[in-house]
Amino acid sequence: MALLEIENLVVEFQTATGPFRAVDGVSLKVHESEVLAIVGESGSGKSVSMLAAMGLLPWTAKVTADKLAFNGRDLLKMPSAERRKIVGKDIAMIFQEPIASLNPCFTVGFQIEEVLRFHMGLDRAARRKRAIELFEAVGIPDPAERLGHYPHQMSGGQCQRVMIAIALACNPKLLIADEPTTALDVTIQKQILDLLMKLQQEYRMGLIMITHNMGVVAETADRVVVQYKGRKIEEADVLSLFEAPKSNYTRALLAALPENATGDRLPTISELFNEQQTLEGAAR
Amino acid sequence: MTEVTATSPISTDPSRRARLAEFWYYFSENRGAVIGLVFFLFLVVLALCAPLIAPHDPTIQYRESVLLPPFWQDGGRAEFLLGTDAVGRDMLSRLIYGTRFSLFVGVIVTTLSLSGGILVGVIAGYFRGWVDTVIMRIMDIILAFPSLLLALVLVAVLGPGLTNAMIAIALVFQPHFVRLTRAAVMTEKTRDYVVAAKVAGAGHLRLMFRTILPNCMAPLIVQATLSFSSAILDAAALGFLGMGAQPPTPEWGTMLAEAREFILRAWWVVTLPGLAILVTVLAINLMGDGLRDALDPKLKRS
Amino acid sequence: MTHVLEARNLVRDYHIPGSLFRKARTVHALKGVSFTVDEGKTLAIVGESGCGKSTLGRIITLIDPATAGELLIDGKKVDIASEGLTSEMRRKVQIVFQNPYGSLNPRQKIGDILAEPLVINTKIPAGERRDRAMTMLKKVGLEEKHYNRYPHMFSGGQRQRIAIARALMLNPKLLVLDEPVSALDLSVQAQVLNLLADLQDEFKLTYVFISHDLSVVRYIADDVMVMYYGEAVEYGSRDEVFSNPQHSYTKTLFAATPRADVASIKARLARKNAA
Repeated sequence: MALLEIENLVVEFQTATGPFRAVDGVSLKVHESEVLAIVGESGSGKSVSMLAAMGLLPWTAKVTADKLAFNGRDLLKMPSAERRKIVGKDIAMIFQEPIASLNPCFTVGFQIEEVLRFHMGLDRAARRKRAIELFEAVGIPDPAERLGHYPHQMSGGQCQRVMIAIALACNPKLLIADEPTTALDVTIQKQILDLLMKLQQEYRMGLIMITHNMGVVAETADRVVVQYKGRKIEEADVLSLFEAPKSNYTRALLAALPENATGDRLPTISELFNEQQTLEGAAR
Repeated sequence: MTEVTATSPISTDPSRRARLAEFWYYFSENRGAVIGLVFFLFLVVLALCAPLIAPHDPTIQYRESVLLPPFWQDGGRAEFLLGTDAVGRDMLSRLIYGTRFSLFVGVIVTTLSLSGGILVGVIAGYFRGWVDTVIMRIMDIILAFPSLLLALVLVAVLGPGLTNAMIAIALVFQPHFVRLTRAAVMTEKTRDYVVAAKVAGAGHLRLMFRTILPNCMAPLIVQATLSFSSAILDAAALGFLGMGAQPPTPEWGTMLAEAREFILRAWWVVTLPGLAILVTVLAINLMGDGLRDALDPKLKRS
Repeated sequence: MTHVLEARNLVRDYHIPGSLFRKARTVHALKGVSFTVDEGKTLAIVGESGCGKSTLGRIITLIDPATAGELLIDGKKVDIASEGLTSEMRRKVQIVFQNPYGSLNPRQKIGDILAEPLVINTKIPAGERRDRAMTMLKKVGLEEKHYNRYPHMFSGGQRQRIAIARALMLNPKLLVLDEPVSALDLSVQAQVLNLLADLQDEFKLTYVFISHDLSVVRYIADDVMVMYYGEAVEYGSRDEVFSNPQHSYTKTLFAATPRADVASIKARLARKNAA
């Protein structure tokens, strides 16, 4: 059985210029201990679809789906209190801006212990012990002392490690990582990706990797979903996607990578694919 | 705002209309703001057409009908819809003419303090260093006085009268604009487009007033509406204390002061000007709230 | 032949004034960097955040002065700290910023943005300014109808084109590109890189290309300089640096760059299955 199952998800926003459809009929599945990458450029609705699945969108968004189930339970039909219990405990999320995702007013130790108290109901001593364990697991040196630090005293990479520790605090079954390394330097990105992959194996979590970076996809994913303008364009396992992309759009994305440049000029997306055709293909 | 209109004789672009539409969308989401705006427009019409609308001259004294109650009460006459005051002047006409003074005070005070505050604030925020320190300490000193008290002292020095009251109030309000402008300039100054203008060779004046200032206007417009209402309130207070507009000017605060002794015998001579002040200030504040919603990008959902 | 740009031992220190609880200290953002760039060539400056590459970019663009060292543009020594800056020098170096959303004045129309450098630096009449701005607009791949629009109506890639057009309005010799494509989508990135290559050929432009993305650098650069904590740890032609990196930091950087080719995916999957 799939861990997270989404069928025909549609998200619409009310804006000053009328309704805007950010996600248009996306279906996907994530299995246990599988890494699914969702790739797309800005405006492809890749983050919005995951936020919708977690119920984290503002009230202006209208979310409909034929099916939105986690571990076989329908998320759309359950009361919001119950849903909140699942989101945060069984599904955890980390974001692009690690420093902005942590509350600057509290120490990182307080923030991780808060999660442990809320979802796990541990007492004070157990919380602290578990927090130190988690910090060790994500590779933060000198964890006992680091618990007393504020987010601004840490680097971006360290903050992302703290975010990952908080996400792991309740042993989630599914971790959603929304561009977890985009704001980080290349060498730090490598460390964070390695860490995520190691933890994913260890905890046997499902991992959804939302990214625009083909390199990150190639380094992490088992399976890939390519999105464009709110639609799912292609779904394939990672090797066949890079070896023999089925959709023109994916082919164009790969060709536009500077490292794949063959001549003097980079082929641009518009030269390689017909938007109308691709979107119609996705609709069918 | 003025910047945009001044430099674009060819207005073929659809963007201004789109921006206006967007502005109206956010503004009209706030129902209170729309009510405030409608009432404010009503006041403007009232002030502009006062001689046409008012049934009587506001200074003519009808000696035979002193302290008449409004028409719905016993002894009221249809001729004086809202009654007359202690020397027999028509209340309704005086209230209508009073709108003129209140709006006039609001406009002048806001213009004075806004332009002064912008000039000083831009200089402080742009140059920083000791210039900034000196300016901001002076502003802190002004802010340390209770505002009405300081206005009173200034009027006492300058001599009572509506003009001097307006100058005093403008001076008291100025620090708010200075602070707001300075803060906005400081954040905008570090933005890339300012550096880009610098790289293009723009001098200090151009950077300050052409590049940075137009991008700082949103919070200033909001503050200006809010101080418009405070100015009306303060002018009324000064009038009430006898330091603002002098009798027989039909200014609302002065009217209140004149009516003080009749407060128990004739409720309308005190209540009506007070109500006029209240409703006007409320309407403008509501409008200011709506403006904030529409102009503050942080509150926008897009 | 003189170099378009020559830097000799550039140093930049920032003084952080002390307060009640902290001593004043000096941060060395640049610790003596030297390089040369010839006409029509591209020097890429690579490094991670905080390595001093943006500081260097601001010094080359004559926004900030260097604390010590010499900067020669077109063979002429420039020292903005003591001598100020002539309009002639100003026109030789222009910059394109990373974030296309912050680098255009939101209250100016595109036409005014493009004409502004001419208004400030030249006495060209309004009609001709308009013509030149129009020409440049078309050159960067936009249309005449965009002339009267405001920046917020454009996408990130289009804004970056406008920023490039503005930088070229004064016919500079040297263009500093501070991460010009890192905020853009992959497809748009390719278009902007192509545009930059075309413009370089057409105007014989010299580029200083600041970036953290090695794949872009490998594609566009002639020479590469790798910076690490304010020092140039590696400097050489592109092929030298990429095929035979000397410094350990350069090697770490290369190893950390994600690879999107089929062979490395196969290797990774094999490792995973074995584990």
